[in-house]
Amino acid sequence: MKLGRALALAKKDWKKMLREPAFLFIIILFPLVLTVAFGTSFGAVGGSQSPAYNIAVVNLGVAGNFTPSHQFAQALEATGALKVQYVSENQTAQSALSQGQIQGVLLLPASFDASVQSFKTYPSEPGRWVNSTVSLYLDKGSLLSAQVIPSVVEQTLGRAILGAKTVAPAVPVSVSSPSLVKVQATSVFATFAPGLFAFASIYMIMMVAQSYTTERENGLLSRIVVTPATSADVIMGSVISYLVIGLVQAILVFLCVYGLGYRPVAGLAGLLVGFGIVTIFALCNIGFGLITAAISKSAGAATGISFLFLMPQLFLGTFVGTALSSTAQAVGRFVPAYYVTDALTSLFTRGAVATSQTVLTDLAVVSASSVVILLIGIQVFKRFGRP
Amino acid sequence: MTSVCAIAIQNLTKDYGDTKAVDNLSLSISEAEVFGLLGPNGAGKSTTINCLTGLLKPTAGTIQVGGFDVGTEGSKVREILGVSPQETAIYSHLTGRENVRLFGALYSVPKEKLDASVDKMMEKVGLMDEADRRVGKCSGGMKRRVSIAMALVQNPRIVLLDEPTVGMDPQSRRAIWDFVMELRDEGKTIVLTTHYMEEAEELCDRVGIIDHGRLIELGSPAELKAKYGTKNLEDVFIQLTGRRIREGA
Repeated sequence: MKLGRALALAKKDWKKMLREPAFLFIIILFPLVLTVAFGTSFGAVGGSQSPAYNIAVVNLGVAGNFTPSHQFAQALEATGALKVQYVSENQTAQSALSQGQIQGVLLLPASFDASVQSFKTYPSEPGRWVNSTVSLYLDKGSLLSAQVIPSVVEQTLGRAILGAKTVAPAVPVSVSSPSLVKVQATSVFATFAPGLFAFASIYMIMMVAQSYTTERENGLLSRIVVTPATSADVIMGSVISYLVIGLVQAILVFLCVYGLGYRPVAGLAGLLVGFGIVTIFALCNIGFGLITAAISKSAGAATGISFLFLMPQLFLGTFVGTALSSTAQAVGRFVPAYYVTDALTSLFTRGAVATSQTVLTDLAVVSASSVVILLIGIQVFKRFGRP
Repeated sequence: MTSVCAIAIQNLTKDYGDTKAVDNLSLSISEAEVFGLLGPNGAGKSTTINCLTGLLKPTAGTIQVGGFDVGTEGSKVREILGVSPQETAIYSHLTGRENVRLFGALYSVPKEKLDASVDKMMEKVGLMDEADRRVGKCSGGMKRRVSIAMALVQNPRIVLLDEPTVGMDPQSRRAIWDFVMELRDEGKTIVLTTHYMEEAEELCDRVGIIDHGRLIELGSPAELKAKYGTKNLEDVFIQLTGRRIREGA
């Protein structure tokens, strides 16, 4: 393989993207138009605001509107930093947490009310307090929620329920950072935004398939085959061009969502890893594009057949998936786009560090599946798609 | 003087199921020769050319190009071969210059020589003034000339031109003829297919007429005219292949 040949072929693809309106529309303008549409409909521009962190409160004691546990939950909600869901069973709450539907579970023990009551009755006689432990379970992949939720719980417990400025020793709460952290409100658009990156990228499948079938129809592939350029040169040319296109897409979508008010909580490292994952995901789309080109007899057929690969990724792996049932979301784990969206959600929305287990797992799955799909695409095209 | 063989085809056969596109064809083309491969539609010309380039794998027989076996030394063959295919295979979103430059890069023409080679080719095919126009907006004749320039930018030893002047106006056709003569003077071996008999007469040192995949006549235009007692090559061609209209292959 010669890099000069691959680069020459890549440049040809870049020029096509810039000069052919249909190509430019599908690869760049369509995702941006959709991002703007979503941003103005659901984002800060549209004013649809909701609290940043959802937590489930499980009260193992007696339920009642005037109990300390109920007042505590109300006080948490009143902070504006948390949105509280009352869940009767710990198992249900843990399941919701494990599926990423909420960011934390607060387990109030049966003795919680008695603890608060004993503190209020005998504030200066610790020996007469009823001890209890509030258990807190948090999303491992979310650095910010791990900082914010314990802090908010601790402050609320101290000020609103116990009336003290510091945490009472009778209510031990696991807190990773004792300081108050200002919580940024997010919107529905912020929930969708990470999925828009994968959404933009998957249309590459159609473009790759159309490019190869058109070049085959026009005799261009035959013409390249009779030059000293090898299959590896041709494939590497596509890989280089679409990796760059994928990166450009990611940057443009990022600028677009940023302009619409979305503020990723990731630092520079998180942003770089996020863009890296989207870029690597382009390999997967090239692979699917090659498979599509191999089984399509014309560019028109390629457009239709590309939807076979495009739709599952679209519905199960992008922002659309966030609105699906838990079953559909479970099925989504079989499409690479799911892991792209999950990684970007962890990095950009939950504030996970780039080296967190969730992000590294997503990165590994996206990288491995993309390389495998690309290799399958190359083999299938060599066998069935060559001129 | 002994002529050096540039292309040697031995017992070439190419089957498509029960159909023999090329049937036991043997042919030898000398270096610096302009050879015309003539035949009606579907006679096997393009199949022969595609086997020469390595695009098609022969069912039987061997082909040597520039002393290299097409089947086993394909990469070496591709280094010395310039091919202008039958269809105008060019990138319509690129300019003429960009198309030629791309193929120069594919043939690994050194960077420092590439621009000069591209300019030279654009000049030769008479497209210097239109070199920066996107070929999607050019006429059929101009596209054809760009296609020929793409085949020659690397200065190949052997050139295959599959119907190089189809769709061209007389002026453009004359320009290509002059260019082919120039290439021959430079010592290049040229194999061309054409349906224009006057073109074959004008350009070719020898022609081979094939029909139903078989070589049915071989010789210089003058020899064939003398042999069949005709004034032009077209009459020879009609005598040999008949008047029945053939479907395209």
